[in-house]
Amino acid sequence: MKDRFNLYRFASPATFYPLAGTLIPYFAAISVIFGLAGLYLGMLVAPTDFQQGEGYRIIFIHVPASWMSMFIYLVMAFWAAIGLAFNTRLSGMMAQALAPTGALMAFLSLWTGALWGKPMWGAWWVWDARLTSELILLFLYIGYMALTAAIDDARRADKAGGLLLLVGVVNVPIIYFSVKWWNTLHQGSSVNLTKSSMAETMLWGMLLMAMCFWMYSIAVALMRVRTIMLERERNTDWVKAELGGQVAGGKK
Amino acid sequence: MLKIVSAVIGRDLKLAMRRQADIVSALFFFIIVVSLFPLGIGPEPDLLRKLAPGVLWVAALLATMLSLPRLFADDHRDGTLEQLALAPHPLGLVVTGKVIAHWLVSGLPLALIAPVLGIQFDLSADALLVLTGAILLGTPALSGIGAIGAALTLGLRGGGVLLSLLVLPLYIPVLIFGAGAVDATVTGLGGEGHLSLLAAITFASVGFAPWATAAALKIALE
Repeated sequence: MKDRFNLYRFASPATFYPLAGTLIPYFAAISVIFGLAGLYLGMLVAPTDFQQGEGYRIIFIHVPASWMSMFIYLVMAFWAAIGLAFNTRLSGMMAQALAPTGALMAFLSLWTGALWGKPMWGAWWVWDARLTSELILLFLYIGYMALTAAIDDARRADKAGGLLLLVGVVNVPIIYFSVKWWNTLHQGSSVNLTKSSMAETMLWGMLLMAMCFWMYSIAVALMRVRTIMLERERNTDWVKAELGGQVAGGKK
Repeated sequence: MLKIVSAVIGRDLKLAMRRQADIVSALFFFIIVVSLFPLGIGPEPDLLRKLAPGVLWVAALLATMLSLPRLFADDHRDGTLEQLALAPHPLGLVVTGKVIAHWLVSGLPLALIAPVLGIQFDLSADALLVLTGAILLGTPALSGIGAIGAALTLGLRGGGVLLSLLVLPLYIPVLIFGAGAVDATVTGLGGEGHLSLLAAITFASVGFAPWATAAALKIALE
């Protein structure tokens, strides 16, 4: 009975560290495979859009990045809730490891959106509801990272950051709808994308790219959480054993 | 329950009255920022009338931000906060009292002075009325949401800048509906819808924010 597989065992950094180490190459490989397939479908197979020409192909980066930026925030809030409810060490580390990737995705989404907007709408930036809420999401990521970076005590940083994430996640829908309403009041929906019927290959390309981004985020977050674990637990035996083993291996 | 809240309000108001310079400086900050805008963009009444709601609201957000770091910092420094956290009453109630006191000291004066500044921007009487009402309705939400940020950044280096980074994005709905109410009145659409939403945000944040703030304070005091 004692050998039964127990997921909770991996809530401890000492057991999660090697698990993450073995998982990273798989997630990275899956990400590359999905990425190659998605780019092939998106760049070569998918038909040219009759309105937007070739320029629309940035959608294969833009939409997955936007999806991931929102999804990662939710995942962070999930870990924050777990961390605050069960007082687990790993949850806070996981949330912190995800934050830079989430911010990167939000930034990518804004950046590619600007590149896409210039030829399509004739402007780098419009105060569209979706653009504005994505920008605010980026601010929320930056606020979270600034807060956790400003607190020296790691446990307090985790908890304070977690609370901020939970407050943020409650606010995100309110912000989204207020921005949406503000936008419709101020300017008509002049920037609606004509996404009436998307070709099936386009959709598949986008989904494959989304999987690629998803797997990439997991791989990178696991790498980051490994370094955070080593840094935080540097005084424990398992880290010493881990690093000592590496040093000994290097000497051979 | 009400007794604790009112006791905290009374105490905080008394403390604020002993240091009136703090209240007055935040108020003058508000006045100066608002007065800078016509100097920056020119004195055309049409333009000013259009900008007034946004300018007044952004200035109100910033003025509220100014006084937030002091919400818990003094009590934290002299140990009062720990005593309050140890007290048998729920910390959330104490925070509710502090939020209300903060609003009385920082939000209420803004609402009282706002119509005068609105006249500078050539707003009509209707718009002035709605502006005052919107600031009265919206600033409690600013105090409530701001309290969470103040508690999270308690005792941190660079707390003030960090606080604005955390809190300003969360203020956006208040800004939108607050300025929107005045805007809608100016354009003749009627601001009731905006004011209702503003009231909803205020009730939600004054009701819930103190408990999140209490949790943040407990983290900070650990």
